[in-house]
Amino acid sequence: MSRLARIAAPLALVAVLLAGWEIACRAMHVPSYFLTPPSAVAVSLARHFPGLLKAAWYTLSSALAALVIASVMAQVLALAVVLSTTLERAVQPLAVILQVTPVIAIAPLVNIWAGTDHPERAVVALAVVVAFFPIYSGALTGLKAVDPDLMRLFDLYGAGRVQRLVRLRIPSAVPFVLQGHKVAAGLAIVGAVVAEFVAGSGKVQGLAWRIFDASFKLETARMLAALFMLGAMGAILYAVLEVAERAGLKWWRGR
Amino acid sequence: MTVAALENVEVDYARGRALGPLDLAIRESEIVALVGPSGCGKSTALRLLAGLEAPTRGVVRRTQARGETSVVFQSPTLAPWLSARANAALPLELAGVPAAEARRRAGEALARVGLAGAEAARPAQLSGGMAMRVSLARALVTEPKLLLLDEPFSALDEMTRRALADDVLKLWQGLQPAIIFVTHNVEEAVYMASRVVVMTAGPGRLAGETAVDGPLPRAPGFRTTVGFRRTVETVSKALAQGMAA
Repeated sequence: MSRLARIAAPLALVAVLLAGWEIACRAMHVPSYFLTPPSAVAVSLARHFPGLLKAAWYTLSSALAALVIASVMAQVLALAVVLSTTLERAVQPLAVILQVTPVIAIAPLVNIWAGTDHPERAVVALAVVVAFFPIYSGALTGLKAVDPDLMRLFDLYGAGRVQRLVRLRIPSAVPFVLQGHKVAAGLAIVGAVVAEFVAGSGKVQGLAWRIFDASFKLETARMLAALFMLGAMGAILYAVLEVAERAGLKWWRGR
Repeated sequence: MTVAALENVEVDYARGRALGPLDLAIRESEIVALVGPSGCGKSTALRLLAGLEAPTRGVVRRTQARGETSVVFQSPTLAPWLSARANAALPLELAGVPAAEARRRAGEALARVGLAGAEAARPAQLSGGMAMRVSLARALVTEPKLLLLDEPFSALDEMTRRALADDVLKLWQGLQPAIIFVTHNVEEAVYMASRVVVMTAGPGRLAGETAVDGPLPRAPGFRTTVGFRRTVETVSKALAQGMAA
């Protein structure tokens, strides 16, 4: 497939879908509160762009802060766990329970703990909860995925515990940790948005709140514009992390 | 003088006997090839000599000091995140040799295996043969008394493995470590070794032993000599009997 076709194919699909949507709205006289045509969404997007951008930054900065916190916590715990089998046994069930419990179900509780004065803390905390697991399991898998022959070589040369960790396990884990961060970044946004929805107050002015606000006022075009921003933001973040992962791998193995 | 020996060793795994009873002694500066059918326990014998595994019964005699025994595995087993030089310097650094000296000696070891100029390359940038040379340089950097080679050329093409066989013999001439070379290729065994030990099908026992005449490293055209062909036949026959036993 040529480069042009690869770029053109998804764009063409989007164009066809948008055109169908626009024509259907106009032909069937759908009320605008029910479904607005894409042209109206575009107009709304342009009109509210500064506010939406601010809201997007609010959500994104919460997600990024959560990603940093989750990254540090997950990697420290993975390191601790790999050094002690007992600790790993102790942590494993809790980690699994945390992972399989839907974030939406714990959001109200976290909101209470954060307090009504600091709903933004709940947003970051919930994003941390969902971003934690992929990094933790990636780091743990990586720390254990050491080439067994390299391990034997370290045995043969009488390497100590610390040498084994610093010179073998940690470097071996790098590709897995990079992958974990890529997955975690997407999930952090999900966590932040969920928390914003549950907080539902005017103090947390992220994209989710914009969607909520517009929905109360039946401004469907503004809702769709905010949704578009959310999708675009997620896609950009994913692309950035994809590039970062590739650069990281290139640095790691020199090619 | 004996560098390492297996005395009446047996190794049992959960699935049953894997090796032995086996006696094997390696003298200083001697090159011994260990041949046998797949699953006969050749690699287990090598791991015993490296001290990476303990026998179920019997005694393993080997020098205990760090860096006196080196192993080259079937695959190059290099750390992908380290340069060729850092990979070769690893045994020294793990033993506490200062970084600058370790780097210098690693550079020398790489030059000996013909990789001068490739010090900064990462394993992913090297061909299979070159990666195997880095692995050899890493094994030689501690100037070991015993070098254990576990089918080191099995993943390489014929021309590369012949070139590497000659290179290993040339390197042996310098430091004169005792070498134990595990292979399932009879011609390679006869070419490389002054003594070929044949093992039976698993659990591996001694099926026979053949001395190989002629100087090491081999003269050009050694593979076409009558002596070489005859020794290959003798070893092949012992191997066939060992497989039937």
